[in-house]
Amino acid sequence: MELLSGGDILIRALTDVKVKHLWGYPGGAALHIYDAIFRQDNLNHILMRHEQAAVHAADAYARATGEVGAALVTSGPGATNAITGIATAYMDSIPMVVISAQVPQEKIGEDAFQEIDMIGVSRPTVKHSYMVKRPEDIAETIAKAFYIASTGRPGPVVVDVPKDVTDPNNKVAYKFPEKVKLRSYQPTTRGHSGQIKRAVNLLISAKRPVIYSGGGVVQGNASEQLRALAHRLNYPVTNTLMGLGAFPGTDRQFVGMLGMHGTFEANTAMHHADVILAVGARFDDRVTNATERFCPSAKIIHIDVDPSSIAKTVRADIPIVGPCDVVLSDMLDQIQQADLQIDEPAIGEWWQQIEEWRNRHGLYTASRYEPSEGENIKPQDVIKTLHKVTKGEAFVASDVGQHQMFAAQYYLFDKPRQWINSGGLGTMGFGLPAAMGAQMAYPDANVACVTGEGSIQMCIQELAACTQHQLPVKIIILNNQALGMVKQWQDMQYGSRYSHVLYEDSLPDFVKLAEAYGHVGMKVTHYDQLESSMEECFAMKNRVVIMDISVDQHEHVYPMHVAPGSMRDMWLSKTERT
Amino acid sequence: MKRLISVLLENEPGSLSRVVGLFSQRGYNIDSLSVAPTEDTTLSRLTLTTVGDDHTIEQITKQLNKLIDVVKVIDLSEGVHIERELMLLKVKASGAARAEIKRSVDIFRGQIVDVGQTTYVVQIMGESTKLDAFIEALGDAPILEVVRTGVCGLMRGEKSLKV
Repeated sequence: MELLSGGDILIRALTDVKVKHLWGYPGGAALHIYDAIFRQDNLNHILMRHEQAAVHAADAYARATGEVGAALVTSGPGATNAITGIATAYMDSIPMVVISAQVPQEKIGEDAFQEIDMIGVSRPTVKHSYMVKRPEDIAETIAKAFYIASTGRPGPVVVDVPKDVTDPNNKVAYKFPEKVKLRSYQPTTRGHSGQIKRAVNLLISAKRPVIYSGGGVVQGNASEQLRALAHRLNYPVTNTLMGLGAFPGTDRQFVGMLGMHGTFEANTAMHHADVILAVGARFDDRVTNATERFCPSAKIIHIDVDPSSIAKTVRADIPIVGPCDVVLSDMLDQIQQADLQIDEPAIGEWWQQIEEWRNRHGLYTASRYEPSEGENIKPQDVIKTLHKVTKGEAFVASDVGQHQMFAAQYYLFDKPRQWINSGGLGTMGFGLPAAMGAQMAYPDANVACVTGEGSIQMCIQELAACTQHQLPVKIIILNNQALGMVKQWQDMQYGSRYSHVLYEDSLPDFVKLAEAYGHVGMKVTHYDQLESSMEECFAMKNRVVIMDISVDQHEHVYPMHVAPGSMRDMWLSKTERT
Repeated sequence: MKRLISVLLENEPGSLSRVVGLFSQRGYNIDSLSVAPTEDTTLSRLTLTTVGDDHTIEQITKQLNKLIDVVKVIDLSEGVHIERELMLLKVKASGAARAEIKRSVDIFRGQIVDVGQTTYVVQIMGESTKLDAFIEALGDAPILEVVRTGVCGLMRGEKSLKV
């Protein structure tokens, strides 16, 4: 049997679980592992400029492909820097394994140089974690970590590896386990057939139904099943921020995103619904508004692979625990086999009502903001132009703030995994490394990072890693000279007292900044230039381009829930509310 | 409402901290906690008492089940069960009070396990309410120290919490 050192075993095990790209940053405790990486060609290591970005990139790679993302960081500050990235993945249920190096075991607990209790620090942000104590255990631990990360409700797993475990002088036999089995972890693989039957009966009898689908449909690869069921039933579909693309944005049955910045038609339809089919969604506070006033007349069917998501914030009338794809196709099968028919007249009336709402205040039937003109570029128009120029086919990674909401509202995503954003944790700085992760997965695709002049500065150092690893992402800065979302709240709730959302002329020249990193910088200040500049930007296939677009500084994101209130209570503009 | 929850978990380093961390992280209370390895040394059995309405307890059991190290969870208070707690109590015992305390210990079927010149160490076992009642019964006798193990419990009858 082949004898290998712990470092070599770790890298070999990663290739055995089919990792192609490992995002990381070296350091003292990780040196043996990095030496093992140097001596092989199977695994592509991508040197980032900050551990947070390394983890975000691995996370986004997972979001874009459905594979498990992998990152490697050193002990101490490397590990703590990774925490924001791990928490981001945890909140959005993204399959990822983060390997953190650790000080040698004999030093643990001594406050050694670059020592941190990574298992302890990461505990609330991981699905599970392991510390490996012997080189003999590395391969099995890696196999378990990847199994746990990718099955059931996915999530990040941390593997902490003390330096002595990877010692090159201690060689042991390499054996990768053929199968992983954990007696304490058996994710559900099917929904309860009795519950599915009850759900189908309720669903088919609905008069005002809404299908409310979330990130679980994207992560659970259930978009096809969702589409098939929705089309068979002719019911309206709304997606959460995390679920965008799970149902095509340009489909007639799509009523837009729901929630705090959801469309008027989606939120109002939810409020009046008699049956809600929630699938892979978790009734997050950014969706429900006040839970006690949430959808007062609705019976709720809730499908989720994680039982703890069901009845956490809103009670479910028919809970179904199981993977979204399997449960949805079981539901469709039952409907087809029994040739069940929907209540045509009621559904016809329901659609009429929804069309009326769409025409009254819908985002896609008419422009709900003042048109762009001259030097006043509306952020919404930037997203619409991006959609046009990229034919709606780009991967769009976003940061967090107003630009994120505009992108969610106006880039009508037709495919799952196209939209990559930090929905749960809301991590500024996610966008650029996320775009890099997607670009690494799809080198020929158009990848846009939609960001603001605030967010982009939180991981801007990765412009260097884009150069080094030839990741030609396009960075679209919606520059409104302020931390826009915070400013919007200050406008709405704090009498426009702009506490620390303005930069006082300290913003960098993004064009020069791009050039300093060897990239292309473009400044757009006039609406007439917008489309042609963007065409030019995306025509530069092999270049990183920063487009610094000056947008209206006073624009707010609407609709916006009036809180606390029900789903239908919304501001529709600065002066108009429901 | 007070609940008694029993958890079978992998006897791994850090598994206890995941359970305890879950409670503080999600804002649940732990009133008492007892944990030790079982006859199968790869497993630990943990018993905790907590207070919460049905919705909270449902979430607690679901969240516990979600922990990878947790093998099984049962809410013992849902059915007939036995619960026990052990208390050691050091009490000032001199003069007339000495005999009075001895009588109370007998009534509660406890034992005096250490006798000092002016102190007793009393051992009492039973349900938590019995332990509380004993402290109450001591009346004015000055209590010097109290230590309680936390509650442990089992279901009555044939049913058992096994892998």
